[in-house]
Amino acid sequence: MSRLILNLLWHATGETLIMVLVSGLIAVVFGLPLAIFMVVAGKDGLYPLPILPRLLGVVIDAIRAVPFIILLVLLIPFTRLVVGSALGTTAAIVPLSIAAIPYFARIAEVSLREVDHGLVDAVRAMGGTKWMVIRYVLLPESLPALVSGITVTLVTLVGASAMAGTIGAGGLGDLAIRYGYQRFNTTVMLGVVAVLIVLVIGMQVFGNWLSRTLRHSKRV
Amino acid sequence: MSLLQVEHLTRSFGGQPALKDISFTVEKGDSLGIIGRSGAGKSTLLRCLCGLDRPQSGRILLEGQDLAVLPESQIIPLRRRIGLVFQHFNLLTSRTVAANIALPLEIAGMPRVQRVKRVEELLDLVGLADHANKYPAMLSGGQKQRVGIARALAAQPALLLCDEATSALDPETTESILALLNSINRELGLTIVFITHEMDVVRALAKHVLVLDHGRVVARGLPADILEETNLQTALPSNIEHSPQEGSHAVVRLTVDQQLIMAPLLQNVRNACQTQASLLRVLPVESADCQLMDVLVRVEDVSVATMNFLQQNCHAAEVVGYVPAHS
Repeated sequence: MSRLILNLLWHATGETLIMVLVSGLIAVVFGLPLAIFMVVAGKDGLYPLPILPRLLGVVIDAIRAVPFIILLVLLIPFTRLVVGSALGTTAAIVPLSIAAIPYFARIAEVSLREVDHGLVDAVRAMGGTKWMVIRYVLLPESLPALVSGITVTLVTLVGASAMAGTIGAGGLGDLAIRYGYQRFNTTVMLGVVAVLIVLVIGMQVFGNWLSRTLRHSKRV
Repeated sequence: MSLLQVEHLTRSFGGQPALKDISFTVEKGDSLGIIGRSGAGKSTLLRCLCGLDRPQSGRILLEGQDLAVLPESQIIPLRRRIGLVFQHFNLLTSRTVAANIALPLEIAGMPRVQRVKRVEELLDLVGLADHANKYPAMLSGGQKQRVGIARALAAQPALLLCDEATSALDPETTESILALLNSINRELGLTIVFITHEMDVVRALAKHVLVLDHGRVVARGLPADILEETNLQTALPSNIEHSPQEGSHAVVRLTVDQQLIMAPLLQNVRNACQTQASLLRVLPVESADCQLMDVLVRVEDVSVATMNFLQQNCHAAEVVGYVPAHS
């Protein structure tokens, strides 16, 4: 493998990591509060609200229903509005985040719902407010599961970012399409696949380790 | 003023009443056992008492403030006056033993230095000083419940509520947890209200008992009286009736000396009253130092003369019901 190809791979991996990590961060920052809201304001929640959580659920599912490649194209005007261009790594972060927020919100919602309701009762019985229940029970008790959820989201984002590469996002997908496919360069293609595999397995192993370290209960 | 005063409490779920017109009071330093079968309404009552659930009508006065009608924001500080011990411990898995015990103090806003000191006291009280930095998953059931009790006591509540606190534990551990609760009640003078379905727990811990069945209070009083009544109810034949039928036999409860040999007494009934009498059951004796015991006797023809004879020859005699002749 020539120095040039290695350079290309190195550069593309950097772009992919930026896209994945930034959109992953945005997904957690926006998705987690949405998940908390849906659990707390949901039907059996601490503070049930009639319509809002259900409406939010519909919006979330609607976004998840659109295949990512279509969402990419659909969001081009919105992306232009936000970052001023529909091309490049920064531009790709917009559709990646829009897809990842509802994805992570649903995963986080499940994790939060699985927290033992007895623990919520315990903190409420101590005189804890709703905020204290979220802070002392829901978040810390679901943290290992949330870490697993973040791992799954990041791995999914690696694949999605490669897909975004096909419409000019940069990163490993872009490299594979332009060099590997359009120039019939098998070395580049195989290199990209190898980097993707290492990236995904690395993330998963790290995520598993972190989740296990944070888990103090015997439940697997 | 009583510490806790419950008046005409009613709670139903979807039209199905779970609690009907419950009234009782708990004085400071008392230990009240609420006993009943599963589905009797015990848990609903307890959730109302700690302000987690609200009754449809009635009053729950804790130190004079009504938990049934106060808005949520005013119930929150009141809940800090109540310590709650759970059947399944409900400890946070993400916190160490010490941090679990400190949680009510954090919620109450106690400064860190005082918190650490208080947690040490509590760990000593429940005998877990060596386990402060362990996580609940590393503890046995009995140890977890000790943490649960320490946590309930942390914020110095006026009332300790125990929800089947020993039902998930083995008999030996149950005994040690009951001993701990007993010393908390007697030595610290803390008022305890506990719900249970086990008579043994009532026997060990209660100063007063409330029997709940189908959402109603069916009996209340001192443990010895309630236990005696319950023993009688379980000992009675299942086909017993309240009024005599054609040719039915009477069931008579006799209170006699423990040393009394029954056969001659029954023989004397036969000779003196011209009727057959046979022994049905001996009721369990509640305390070892009691000189008397109760027996159930079946008498064919229970005339005034027979009852007079029995009353003269025993400490007490009382008709408790009737059974068909051939049963």
